[in-house]
Amino acid sequence: MINLSHQRIFAILKKEFLQLLRDITTLRIMIMIPILQLLLFGFAINSDPKNMPTVVLSKENSNITRSIVSSMITSKYFEISQDINSVKEANFLLKQREIIFIVNIPKNFTRDLLRGDKPKLLIEADATDPIAIAGPLAAIKTILNRAIEKELQGVTDLKSNNPNNFELRIHRKYNPEGFSRYNIVPGLIAIVLTVTGVMMTALSLTREKERSTMENLLAMPVKPLEVMIGKVLPYIIIGYIQASIIIATAHFLFTVPIMGNLLLLGFGLLIFLLCNLALGFTLSAGAQSQMQAMQMSFFLMLPSILLSGFMFPFLGMPKWAQVLGSLLPSTYFIRIVRGIMLKGANFYEILPNIYPLFIFLIVITFIAMKIYKKTLD
Amino acid sequence: MNSNPLAIDVKNLSKSFAGKQVIKDVSIQVPRGKIFGFLGPNGSGKTTTIRLICGLLTANSGSGTCLGYDIFNNSENIRAKTGYMTQKFSFWEDLTIKENIEFVADMYSIKNSQERVEEAIHNLGLKDRENQLAGKLSGGWKQRLALAACILHKPDLLLLDEPTAGVDPKARRDFWDEIHKLAAQGLTVLVSTHYMDEAERCNEIIYIANGQIVTKGTISEVIAASGLYTAVVKGSNLNYLRNTLEKDSRLASVAPFGDSLHVCAQNKEALESAIGPYVNNSEYSWTYETASMEDAFIHFMSQAEKKRKVSK
Ligand SMILES: Nc1ncnc2c1ncn2[C@@H]1O[C@H](COP(=O)(O)OP(=O)(O)O)[C@@H](O)[C@H]1O
Ligand SMILES: [Mg+2]
Repeated sequence: MINLSHQRIFAILKKEFLQLLRDITTLRIMIMIPILQLLLFGFAINSDPKNMPTVVLSKENSNITRSIVSSMITSKYFEISQDINSVKEANFLLKQREIIFIVNIPKNFTRDLLRGDKPKLLIEADATDPIAIAGPLAAIKTILNRAIEKELQGVTDLKSNNPNNFELRIHRKYNPEGFSRYNIVPGLIAIVLTVTGVMMTALSLTREKERSTMENLLAMPVKPLEVMIGKVLPYIIIGYIQASIIIATAHFLFTVPIMGNLLLLGFGLLIFLLCNLALGFTLSAGAQSQMQAMQMSFFLMLPSILLSGFMFPFLGMPKWAQVLGSLLPSTYFIRIVRGIMLKGANFYEILPNIYPLFIFLIVITFIAMKIYKKTLD
Repeated sequence: MNSNPLAIDVKNLSKSFAGKQVIKDVSIQVPRGKIFGFLGPNGSGKTTTIRLICGLLTANSGSGTCLGYDIFNNSENIRAKTGYMTQKFSFWEDLTIKENIEFVADMYSIKNSQERVEEAIHNLGLKDRENQLAGKLSGGWKQRLALAACILHKPDLLLLDEPTAGVDPKARRDFWDEIHKLAAQGLTVLVSTHYMDEAERCNEIIYIANGQIVTKGTISEVIAASGLYTAVVKGSNLNYLRNTLEKDSRLASVAPFGDSLHVCAQNKEALESAIGPYVNNSEYSWTYETASMEDAFIHFMSQAEKKRKVSK
């Protein structure tokens, strides 16, 4: 293990490169996958902040409250789920990002309004994507006033009917994970790199098995770690190309901001790529054919999408899912990219997510070396 | 450590795959500088034995050394000094001839590899095609490339697994000339083959069937070991004669060779009594001959076949 030969590592590296460059189809797929994915998901990034899921918790059922709800609906900013009445359920949904707003209408709202007691109307908002909620919040005051105005016409004198006859409170709740609709970009980079990275190394080893060149390789005095290093490095470059394509497309086509340092991102990317490539190397020890290797890598896609915090906020997941999720490199990488790209995080801020990747890399390399077969048994 | 005069010295190797024993108590001794032929029907365990010797497979039981190194604990050293030519072409078809040879040179940490690579390509006579993909080569050229790559690191032992299968006679002869040249320089060779003429070019041969060694020795020893008595018959309507004699349990084998038929039996009396009814038939002309190597092999093969059927 200690006496690694540069000559051998470089030879394997060169061989992999040559084979990769001659396999134009695979190369094309590796470049097309991120572009296609991003275009498919692009609509999600660009979605117009309309029809935001909202729950109205009304302690009063009156003409005014009904009017408020219908005005909100006609404004097109809100999509009101009528069947949710409990505070607990609504809060849960807000945390889950199933809904963005909760509108709380207090008891005796109409009475206090008419008395001029300035009742308080509270709106809780998931404010982690400030850009998305800015529009609806700017409009809500007008919408409410118009609804109330309409109902109060003729019921009372015009004096009480002024814009300040109730107090609108907006409570911005920040999801601790800073979820935003731009989150699609870190998520996509993670998923694309996981699937293609694991797949490429796994394929490059199983291909040797299928073409019986593995027997030749094993008959030569080359060490497993040398094979691994030589086989993994070319795909780091491919991984960088893929990540650059996604980031560039996201930035220039979908105007996703890049707040932080791209070099720092490149550093995080490097460790993440290594994790995936080493994982592919390990998995391929158990695969006999390229088909099996392919299936194994696709099998990884599902947990990477569902448990990494890409689809659902990590902290909102059940405990077991969090445990599984925290074993996935994607989970940490998504946080790193999110931190750097969307929040401008510095090295110390991403460190808590870098070191789990390091641990993963060391453990998985160790496992790979343990199960890499030096014989044909 | 390398004082062992035997390049290959393995004893009682056994190997099972998924509970099925494919190698049983195989012992092979090959002195340095010799060419040993490894013969046996398909599926008899030649490839498996070769892999056990060079450490690509681990035997379930047995012991042995290869080039003085233990085959169980020291396969790294064995690999460094052995050239193994696999049965199936196992170089990279999507790399060029030159790239393949360069790769091998680097794998064996050859210094000044560029010179050696140039030399190997030159000796191969592939200088003008060095940038052609290996996958585009014909069978004969692939086999030559494989041999060139196997001996690039100047190994002490060559393990060749059916190196000339599917190669034309001229290329086969050249190949064997090359093998003899290498052996003359002190290289030890173990080569598996199905060809009799190739077996004849070996110092000694080992015959394996159903994972067990049936016989080994020089050609004449192997023929003697078969204990065969052979009668050769020529004439018309040999097909009829063959069909009848094949059913005769006193005979070991009946095999057509060109315009004649070789009839073999385990002892003289059996042979004479079996062919008795036809000896004086004017349609046939009979001569007694010493068994040929092919007779011996066909005999071994049919014996092994019978044994296998019985054990089933
Ligand atoms: N990796 C393996 N797994 C299972 N069976 C095997 C394996 N390799 C060889 N065998 C079996 O072992 C027997 C001997 O095979 P092999 O050594 O390839 O014979 P030969 O080279 O003489 O044709 C065959 O029956 C073959 O099916
Ligand atoms: Mg074989």
